[in-house]
Amino acid sequence: MQLQANNTDVDLECREVTKSFGHFAAVQEVSFSIPSGSFFSILGPSGCGKTTLLRMVAGFQSPDHGDILIKGKSVLNTPPNRRPVNMVFQHLALFPNMTVAENVAYGLKRRGVAKTDIKSRVEDMLSRVGLPDSGDKQISQLSGGQKQRIAIARCLVLNPDVLLLDEPLGALDLKLREQMKVELKHLQEKFGATFIYITHDQSEALVMSDQVAVMNAGRFEQVGAPQELYYEPASRFVAGFVGESNRWYGVIQERDEKGFNVQCETGLKMRIDRPGNDLQVSHPWGVGKKLEFYLRPESITVTLGDTAPATTNRYKGKVESVLFDGARSQMLVRLPDAIELLNVALPQTAEFRRVKKGDVVSVGWMSGQVRCYEV
Amino acid sequence: MSQWKDSGKLGLILLVSPLALWLALFIVLPHIDMVLISLRERVAARQYAFSWGNYTEFFTEPLYWRTFLRTAVMSILATGLTLLIAFPVSFYIAKMLRGRLKAALFILCLIPFWVSELVRTYGWMILLRETGLFSSLLQWMGLVDQPVEMLYNDVAIMVGLVYTSMLFMVVPLVTTLESLDDSLIEAAYDLGGNHLEVIRDVVIPHAMPGIVSGCIVVFMLTLGNYLTPTLLGGKDSLWFTEQIYTQFITRFNWEQGSAFGMLLLVLSSVIVWCGLKLSRQSFTRVMT
Amino acid sequence: MKRLLKKSTLILASALAMSSQLHAETLRLLTWGGYAPQEVVDQFEKETGIKVDVTKSNNEDMISKLRATRGAGFDLAQPSQDRITSAQADFDIYKPIDLSKIDANRFISSMLEATKKNTAFNGEVYGVPHVWGTSGLVVNRKQAKGVMDYTDLCQSALSGQVSYRLKRPTLIGFAYALGEDPFAAYSDTKKYGEILAKVEKKLIDCKSNVKAYWSGGDELLNLMRSGEVKAAMAWDAGGWKLNSENPDITFVAPKSGALGWIDTFALPRKTKAEEAAYKWINFVMQPEVAAKITEAAGNFTASKGGDKFVNPKLKAQFNESFPPADVDNIKWYPPVPPGLEEMEGKVLDRVKAAQS
Repeated sequence: MQLQANNTDVDLECREVTKSFGHFAAVQEVSFSIPSGSFFSILGPSGCGKTTLLRMVAGFQSPDHGDILIKGKSVLNTPPNRRPVNMVFQHLALFPNMTVAENVAYGLKRRGVAKTDIKSRVEDMLSRVGLPDSGDKQISQLSGGQKQRIAIARCLVLNPDVLLLDEPLGALDLKLREQMKVELKHLQEKFGATFIYITHDQSEALVMSDQVAVMNAGRFEQVGAPQELYYEPASRFVAGFVGESNRWYGVIQERDEKGFNVQCETGLKMRIDRPGNDLQVSHPWGVGKKLEFYLRPESITVTLGDTAPATTNRYKGKVESVLFDGARSQMLVRLPDAIELLNVALPQTAEFRRVKKGDVVSVGWMSGQVRCYEV
Repeated sequence: MSQWKDSGKLGLILLVSPLALWLALFIVLPHIDMVLISLRERVAARQYAFSWGNYTEFFTEPLYWRTFLRTAVMSILATGLTLLIAFPVSFYIAKMLRGRLKAALFILCLIPFWVSELVRTYGWMILLRETGLFSSLLQWMGLVDQPVEMLYNDVAIMVGLVYTSMLFMVVPLVTTLESLDDSLIEAAYDLGGNHLEVIRDVVIPHAMPGIVSGCIVVFMLTLGNYLTPTLLGGKDSLWFTEQIYTQFITRFNWEQGSAFGMLLLVLSSVIVWCGLKLSRQSFTRVMT
Repeated sequence: MKRLLKKSTLILASALAMSSQLHAETLRLLTWGGYAPQEVVDQFEKETGIKVDVTKSNNEDMISKLRATRGAGFDLAQPSQDRITSAQADFDIYKPIDLSKIDANRFISSMLEATKKNTAFNGEVYGVPHVWGTSGLVVNRKQAKGVMDYTDLCQSALSGQVSYRLKRPTLIGFAYALGEDPFAAYSDTKKYGEILAKVEKKLIDCKSNVKAYWSGGDELLNLMRSGEVKAAMAWDAGGWKLNSENPDITFVAPKSGALGWIDTFALPRKTKAEEAAYKWINFVMQPEVAAKITEAAGNFTASKGGDKFVNPKLKAQFNESFPPADVDNIKWYPPVPPGLEEMEGKVLDRVKAAQS
């Protein structure tokens, strides 16, 4: 992000791009720029406008307002077949009537590259994506992952300034998806190309990206590194959309210079210090202010029995159920004076292996780990 | 399990038997009869003998095979023209339109088929004849100073045939084009193809089964059409089915008529087969 | 339940009885347009209780229909007298007429005798006359003054403005106009072939004059009415019909002679209502009824005294088209010997295929 100022190193820049369909504003004044060679994801729920944004970059739709620049030059008047961007489609859109090699060669042919040149470049590309001998195969003979790689190879062989990927992993099964996530990231690093990846799956976005933009209702809520989004969500939406959280509504009971004591609607009382990001610290929230609180399950310290953890907020509770999922196991803990169940990450220690329903546990969290947002 | 299997078999037999019966009674038997009739020759009143004469007649009398050739060439031309006109129309219906407008346009293509072919053909005659609408319109606009006859020529036949065949081309084309994923078209653009290349590389290969099946249907219908060429073509229509009709009805020469009928069946099948070979399509793929 | 069953059985039975009764009382008539006007059909049904089912047809169609069913499907047919014996010889589709059941007094006797002679096959009579008429020229006298004979249709002034049928009457008419006598050559195949060759050449030369070969009467009437066709070879009745609408157009007996035809009554071999057929024949030959048919068809009948009841206008039209000398000049079709029609067919095919 520091490179943003230097225009030559920015591959793609959008300036206040806006697009409406009838009365529906699909994309509203979105501005961003992507430095060369980075993996940029746009994360958002379906219908948030991310596909429309991507299609405007590709040239299949034109914005109502704003400008799209690639390598510093506006491409608004450039038709999709002349834009230096290429797109990997959601269902890949490989040409079923052509062989693998013909698919990869298609763009080169359209550019009038010499035949012998095409052949060597296609072969080179196929071996770089790890499918050196499949040039003569039909598309239908490929597995899902192989198709994925061919779809990317077909674009990358053209050396596009920007490669657009429209949820290309959506159609794959879970295991393959996990595998392809890593592979995609490797491919991107290997080729050094700029990738714009849109998805509704936060894990895909977080794992692969250098930068992630969280999009909601046509606007960017936050743009930042995955860690930033996860640990310092800038808005309620981002906090709720990225990662898992326990969530409460509550009112400020007392306020001092470090933080405040709050009471939640569920009955839970807790201490919050230095709430939210730095911007929110200076916020003049007073007693009686309604807020929403987010707490990550893994921020909760848990101990067996009555031994209280050394945290600002401490509670005793009973295990309601254990949701075992390997490294991502969780348990639901019911606090005696609260209606709600608390979602707690299961510590990966030997003593918690046998924890079961009805066990008494103590939970607690530091007063600085709760994020609060204005309702 | 085996009992279940048996009942399934019985069900299959029950389902297929009406079709088989229909095929046997109304398609196979009449054709066998036709072949038998075509292979005999009248030697005297009420006396017939086996002969290949009716078939050799077709090849030795230039009139007949020329008529067939003309019919075939005109039919191929009509098929090509129909395809050329129907393709953009189908593409527009299948890919550009949504919802109500799409249904409306589709029905517009259907409407001419709510009246009989005879009425449709007479409609064209009213438009094209010397004292007809077009001729009067041209005179009124001052483009010509005397009535023009647009009926009774090959162009009129062609217009009528293409008009009659339109729907049979549009339906299979729309069906196949609808199944074409839009992203394939976009991908081809994205990779640098222009309009023409996208149509050539993506749209046509995908629509090929529809194109071929539409062409087969239109070709067969055109080749077997009787009314349109006869009425619109007038004195020079020279259509092969007319030849068959004449042999059967006005010459009472069932033998020759049957032979012509069989020849039409065989020769048109050969032409369709050649078309399939040329377009590298298989019949089963096209028809399913 | 039982009652219902009983009731429905009764209904079914009576329906069956009714339909079979209906069947017995129906006369299925295969005829020409105008030969069985609704008025006459209604009157016949009222008098005899027999329903008449009319199917309109023409000579070739009649033979084809009856051939396809080997003489079934119709109870009475009306082919032209010259087309009966050859069809009977080849296809055996008719049965002889029982002349005792025909009221001979109702026929013009010369016409009855001539038809009996012409439709005799193996010693049996197959037809009795009904309607007669001629074919010749229908001319718009203002626009095609010079058309006096069949070959005049080929005048260069009439390019693209004439019409005729591509059928045997055209061949015969042109043969006469070219100075030949085709009827005399009926028995001489070689001679007939030569005549046909001559006619073929003339018809091919003449093709550029033809607007369209007409095939149905209404088609020709429309072509003449609209003025697209100025002169045509056609039936007299059509000419007179047009004359009533437009006095400029009328039927002209060609110089070389109009061609006279007689449409007959003939019994299909598998007729199912023979008695009804005889009743119909005797019924329509009554002068008053015959006049009504003349009115509808535009042609005179073989009914004795029938012309007395005919509208004077039609008589005037007839007299104008046929001065006495022309009546004598009518060439009546003799029976066609088998085999000739095949020769004619090839000629017609070649004319059709020729490029004008």
